[in-house]
Amino acid sequence: MKDPVVAKRPARPGDTGAERGVAAAPHASEAPIPPTPEAPETTKAPHVRPGDRIFRGLATGSGVFIVVLIGAIGLFLILQAIPSLGLDNVNFLTSREWNTTDPSNLRFGILDLTLVTVVVALLALLIAMPIALGIALFLTQYAPRNLARPFAYVVDLLAAVPSIVFGLWGLFVLGPVLFPFSEWLIENLGWIPLFAKGNVNVQLGGTIFTAGIVVAVMILPIITAVSREVFERTPTMHVEGAIALGATKWEVVRTTVLPFGKAGYVSASMLGLGRALGETIAVAIILSTATSSFGWSLFDGGSTFASKIALAAPEFNDPRSAGAYIAAGLVLFVLTFVVNAIARSIVAGHKEYE
Amino acid sequence: MAKRLDIKDLNLFYGKFHAVENVSLAVPPKNVTAFIGPSGCGKSTVLRSLNRMHEVAPGARVEGKVLLDGEDIYASTVDPVEVRRTIGMVFQRPNPFPTMSIRDNVVAGLRLSGVKDKKKLDEVAERSLRGANLWNEVKDRLDKPGGGLSGGQQQRLCIARAIAVQPDVLLMDEPCSALDPISTLAIEDLITELKKEYTIVIVTHNMQQAARVSDQTAFFNLLGVGQPGQLIEVDDTEKIFSNPGQKATEDYISGRFG
Repeated sequence: MKDPVVAKRPARPGDTGAERGVAAAPHASEAPIPPTPEAPETTKAPHVRPGDRIFRGLATGSGVFIVVLIGAIGLFLILQAIPSLGLDNVNFLTSREWNTTDPSNLRFGILDLTLVTVVVALLALLIAMPIALGIALFLTQYAPRNLARPFAYVVDLLAAVPSIVFGLWGLFVLGPVLFPFSEWLIENLGWIPLFAKGNVNVQLGGTIFTAGIVVAVMILPIITAVSREVFERTPTMHVEGAIALGATKWEVVRTTVLPFGKAGYVSASMLGLGRALGETIAVAIILSTATSSFGWSLFDGGSTFASKIALAAPEFNDPRSAGAYIAAGLVLFVLTFVVNAIARSIVAGHKEYE
Repeated sequence: MAKRLDIKDLNLFYGKFHAVENVSLAVPPKNVTAFIGPSGCGKSTVLRSLNRMHEVAPGARVEGKVLLDGEDIYASTVDPVEVRRTIGMVFQRPNPFPTMSIRDNVVAGLRLSGVKDKKKLDEVAERSLRGANLWNEVKDRLDKPGGGLSGGQQQRLCIARAIAVQPDVLLMDEPCSALDPISTLAIEDLITELKKEYTIVIVTHNMQQAARVSDQTAFFNLLGVGQPGQLIEVDDTEKIFSNPGQKATEDYISGRFG
């Protein structure tokens, strides 16, 4: 009974060549069957199978490729941006001006772009986070099993809607619908800077307010999907522990599911924020371009990094103007990178459950 | 507290699967009743039906009665949440809430029942931890997370959590199966202590353990795969282990099968 097992062991797929070579010798000597003449040869030089070598090469290659790719993108952005940054006649970080039509007199600063981008993304996040939490909890804790799966598909389907469609919907459907509400906010809460009358026509709906709501809908699926997966993995032993103590459904959620899923939920939201920061075409369609700079109102128009770059494609024939946009793209790249890094560190700092 | 349990014609189902058939059994107060039997015989399922945990599994169903001092816990007017607040449970693997401190873990059940008075909570925490023989080991780190304790300490923490609400009955589902022999001994000693105040039902795979800690032993068996589990016999532990009434019991405890 013992011998076949011993004989089989070296051939186990998980064994690496080196281990096998070493391990094979003692087992072979224990076995009643004398070792075949080939056996000592394999123990001399660790034998690597071609399949192992090829697969390792492919896997390592893919890993290296992605790192090189990201590095190359960063490098490209920096190299293309530097000459234009040198020609910039205003402060790149603190100026609200953006005029690149005359390549011999470049005046571009990112302050306005940064503010509009961040405000749109934060508004979207503020709206999407509680809704996504609700959906994820409903799907994992409250929905009947046969309903939860199709419902989750529907939410995932939302992610498959092209962003141009969201843009059109925002501009032609949501914008007009929001108008009475926006007007009411401006009239009654206008004394709060956030709800003050903005620098674009509210009736057209091309405001940060509309864009933020549309982007919220767009990032809802990713936040929901990731949170749902995390909540689903709440250890049964903890859930049962709470139930056995006489916890109601909500108390089970509060004492086990939420503490367990908190980090996952936060990082899911950060992923959503990353998307919101980079959302391009929907925002480009919705936001009306403003003649004056951003004044901290949700009813302002303006441009985000991504929408500004997308709408400026005709200017890219001159490398000096194009460089200005690439510099803006570089800032967006760094911003998204930082947001993702924060998300990672939050997840890494959550050790109680390991 | 320390009430008696009477199980009457209990049939348990998982969906269409008939898991346990016609169990009738009396659990006297301030007494330890052990459930033994081979894997899959339904002893844990019966235990979980005693505090209405069985029905938490999707499709699970219960027929029959479980009387707690004469009152059916399956009566339509009874809230399962209330049942679980008066019948405590300790699980196979220690499951303190990892994000809560040791103190918060102990008083978690009390908090759920709406007790907010901090002085009262601290008192209960100390009393329960002393009751679970854990106080001396953790009194200096009550604010540290419960997950930082050893497995045996965690299990005693779970026992402290269960007894903090002063339950009528304490159910234990193989409480020592994930523990080393020294921690097991500590838990067994604790069970003997707790018996003075609580009605205890314990499921165990370890027959020596059943013999050491219990006053009464119930042997469960199943006739074959796919067949429902059955209660073969229940009697004083001494009698079961020295002179069982059924051949199957004798075969099982003497190690001839299972």
